Formats: sequence, C-alpha cells, structure tokens
Amino acid sequence: MKKEDVILIAEDDKRHFELIRKNLLRAGIRNKMLCLADGQEILNFLFDMDKGGKGEYYNQEYILLLDLSIPKIDGIEVLEKIKQDTKLKKIPVIILTAADAPDIIERCHNLGCSTYIVKPTKHEDFEETIQKIGNFLSVVEITSIR
Amino acid sequence: MKKDIVILIAEDNAGHFQLIKKNLWLTCVDHDILQFKNGQEILNFLFKTGTEINLEENKKYVLLLDIRMPQVDGLEVLKRIKEDQKLRKIPVIMLTTTSDAGMIKQCYELGCSYYIVKPVDYHYFMEAVQNLGEFLSLESMRLPSVSENSF
Repeated sequence: MKKEDVILIAEDDKRHFELIRKNLLRAGIRNKMLCLADGQEILNFLFDMDKGGKGEYYNQEYILLLDLSIPKIDGIEVLEKIKQDTKLKKIPVIILTAADAPDIIERCHNLGCSTYIVKPTKHEDFEETIQKIGNFLSVVEITSIR
Repeated sequence: MKKDIVILIAEDNAGHFQLIKKNLWLTCVDHDILQFKNGQEILNFLFKTGTEINLEENKKYVLLLDIRMPQVDGLEVLKRIKEDQKLRKIPVIMLTTTSDAGMIKQCYELGCSYYIVKPVDYHYFMEAVQNLGEFLSLESMRLPSVSENSF
C-alpha cells in the first residue's frame, strides 16, 4: 500500500475498532484509518467520493474492512452496492464478522468480497489475525476508485 | 484456512515458482500447492478440459496468478474465471512483476481480490510471499467450495 491509501473500517463496536486499529499499527501500518459506524455512513462516504466529493479523502485509494452486522444497512447489502458500482467495485473488501454460516460465506464470495474472515472469539487470536491481515496488506497494491 | 484448500499457482518462471512455493510452504504447510506453467494449463484445469488433473468441485481453491505468461495471459484467465458463475467465487491474487497503474486498475475492474507486485529484491520477495502465506493460513478465513450454490 502507498502511504496515502486509506483503510476504511466499518464497525459499530468501538472496542473492536480500537482493537483492529491497534493491531494494524503493530503490523507497521501507518495509513489513515477511518471508522464508519453503520452501513448508511459507509455508502454515503463512498458514493460521495464516487461523485467527486471534495475534501481531504477525495481521489484516494481505499480498502474496506466490513462487519456484516452493522446498523441501518447491513454489510451484505453494502458489499452488494459497492460491487455493483463500476467505480467502487475496485475496492478490495475484507469481511470481518462474527457470522460463520456457509450460505453467508458463499454469498459474500459470489458478490465479490476479497476475503472472508470470522472474528476469532479469543482476544489473542483476534489480535494475531489482525496483525497478519496488516502484514499482508502492506505488500498489496490497490487502485483509485476513479 | 482448513486443510481442504488448494493453492493454485500459475507461473511460467521456474525460479519464481520455486521461490513462491518454498516460502508458501514455510507458512502454509497444510495446503496442497499445484503449479501451472501458462494460462492455457490453468484454464484446462479450471474448466476440466485437462488431460492429467482437473478441478474438483467439492474443493476450495485460491489462485495466485502471474500476468505475463505464454499462450494465454493472466488478464484473460482472470476474465474467464470471473465470467463463470461457479468459478468466480475463487479468490484470484495477482502476483506479477508488472507495476503499471493501468494494469492494476484493470485487474481490479475484472474482479481480482488483490494485486501484489513481486519485489525485485530477493529478500523482500521472500518476505512478501511469507506474509501472503500467513494470511492464507489464517484459521479464521472462510472459503466456499466451487460447487456450493445457495441461489
């Protein structure tokens, strides 16, 4: 990732967001991380950028960590809307959620998520998982939504 | 990931393949690794038109895909996979020397999961593949098998 790339974290649980942020930092990730607390907020943010929204995040490259159980609009619908949009579809979406049902996993892959990860219930495992995601993301190239 | 996952590597450069395999093996010892030397070989496998070994629909696959390969290139392979109703579920990770911004954009438009530029430096290359391997070995990662279809 380039240093100006932005990591969007769609997560309504503040403690989980902090845990994710802290462990991405531990993995050496120094990119801007934004917390978006519900599905509506993510879609507003992304579609505003898509339309050429002004502001400091305009025209940047994004990667999205997406919880499925978020308020207002759930994660599956958010994923669907992103992947149906010709510009936004280029954003790699990592599902990071508690849900572990085969039909949901299959549906998310069909819709085009990049990776599906079940949040480990043990604290140490959660931290290790996020650090490995961070190490991996540091070698990945992403692209602008434009 | 669980043991029923197979890592497919489409890579025509024998040296690169050995380096990728060795460093994946250090982190993904549980996964089978299969090599394909060009785009046609991987398509034969995926579309089950191969003479030796073919895809099994009850298995789960991840594909590491080079772009510049003889016969059929990686872009065409990616396109064919993502146009197919069953195969499109297979995560495709581009692993290539091409760092051209237009190419990166095109691959994401076609639906690749990630794009990794092979580092020129040997040690960085090893480190990048090990990071990839640890990611693919995450116990908490979930993949559908090719045949699963809830629609």
